[in-house]
Amino acid sequence: MKRLGRIWTVLVYLFLYAPMFILFIGSFNDGKDLSEFEGFTLSNYLDLFRNSHFVELLGNSILLAIFSAVLATLLGTLAALGIQAMRGRLRRLVMSLTNIPLVNPEIVTGVSLSLLFVFVGRKMLSTENILGFTTLLIAHVTFCLPYVILSVMPKLHQLDPSLMDAAQDLGCTPLQGFFKVVLPELLPGIISGAIMSFTMSLDDFVISYFVYGPRFATLPVEIYTYTRKQVPPSLYAMFTLMFFLILIVMIAMNVIQARDERKQKKRIKNA
Amino acid sequence: MKTKALASPYIVWMLIFTIVPLAMVFYFAFTTNSGEFTFTNMARAAEYLPVLMRSVWYALAACVICLLIGYPVAYVIAQTSASWQRVLYLLVTLPMCMSFLLRTLAWVALLRNTGIINTLLAGLGIGPLPLIRNAGSVIMGMVYNYLPYMIMPLYTVIAKLDPRLIEAAQDLGCDSAQVFRRVILPLSMPGIVSGITMVFVPAVSTFYISQKLGGTNNTMIGDIIELQFKGSINQNLGAAMSLILMLLVFVSIWLMNRFTGEGDEGVATL
Repeated sequence: MKRLGRIWTVLVYLFLYAPMFILFIGSFNDGKDLSEFEGFTLSNYLDLFRNSHFVELLGNSILLAIFSAVLATLLGTLAALGIQAMRGRLRRLVMSLTNIPLVNPEIVTGVSLSLLFVFVGRKMLSTENILGFTTLLIAHVTFCLPYVILSVMPKLHQLDPSLMDAAQDLGCTPLQGFFKVVLPELLPGIISGAIMSFTMSLDDFVISYFVYGPRFATLPVEIYTYTRKQVPPSLYAMFTLMFFLILIVMIAMNVIQARDERKQKKRIKNA
Repeated sequence: MKTKALASPYIVWMLIFTIVPLAMVFYFAFTTNSGEFTFTNMARAAEYLPVLMRSVWYALAACVICLLIGYPVAYVIAQTSASWQRVLYLLVTLPMCMSFLLRTLAWVALLRNTGIINTLLAGLGIGPLPLIRNAGSVIMGMVYNYLPYMIMPLYTVIAKLDPRLIEAAQDLGCDSAQVFRRVILPLSMPGIVSGITMVFVPAVSTFYISQKLGGTNNTMIGDIIELQFKGSINQNLGAAMSLILMLLVFVSIWLMNRFTGEGDEGVATL
């Protein structure tokens, strides 16, 4: 039974990774077709850097992801602090507001925002091309905010309320107490919210697709346009490079996390 | 009192960029191109009912398959050592960070008539099998893309199961099938519910997967909405269909919580 389960697990992982292997192989392929290997080459990688179009788009995506993550983390952390102080009906109301982007299908979120932007553009700013960096930023912050709140709130729950009292007894002003005592305790939640926002913003296609404009496009949106025609193999090269970059980042984060947990266990043992 | 006010920028933001846009969907759904009130959009959207039903059907099939495939995997991961759990969980989440457009495109290369699988089969003298442009390939594309969303919550719940409960059940004379049916399965219900929700919502509203892996008979509601907006055909009709899709998703989530939350949470929220 146990063995069967393991074999099944291996098969499912193969299923998850098979298409990625196809793309890795495609990045070294001399032909354009993913299903026909016409010989080994590195020219796709050279193309990627020579023709800076994709690198530029990736730059756009990273820029947008940084702005979205910072803004969402700031607004979201403040919101979590505020929500934590709320009780009863108000709190339930605000939490259901937070839930809307989480349960709404992405396409509906994208469509609804594009309707708003185009409406405001036409009726208030009398412009037909309002869509661009700002509209993308607004959309991304909106769908990232709930995730920041959901990762900061549990840390606020765990927080011992007497910590703040102790800080103030020892002569801290409330603001000092917040920065010296509360914020460090919340930091893991804030950081994971920021990282989540960054990766979701970087990878988002569906919502961006409805609110991007010709003046500013992101990598996923442009990839979509290419998949309707012929995908240049240098995109597979970019996919491969990004895969290993993300893999390294994830492993590094895991190692740090594992070390932290071990340290904490030791601390509990020693106490 | 002062602390509560910290949430006000957030509340204002969400009102402007979530509630107002949804109100816009309502407004466009019930007006003509020139802004007059009409029911025509909703009536025309109702003509797409078969497409909507097909989307629900595909998404439900994807949910069931994800659950059947994902549950054993989540269970196996939860049984391994702490460091293996980390590695295996990371490997489940990693594909989600990679462009799903390109990954779906790779499936086209695998499945199409002149694709990798059919070429291999031809070597054995079989085929070509119709692996693409049908309902099966669309559902497979959904399963492939959203399987991690099923495994993650299942793993979280199973990993937290108290092993003493299983031992207790065994001590009380349960065989392993009974232990699973009467202890493990009921306790993993929260994970199953959130897994199904997390797979159903993106699956029912997808438009890319059906475009790439489906044929003309596998159009989904997302495709039609995308066409109305990006093909610049009829924004008002697109808004009406988005409204219907949104209501469908909200009702199904509400029903899910209703059926599974009875007893504990159901009463508390009333």
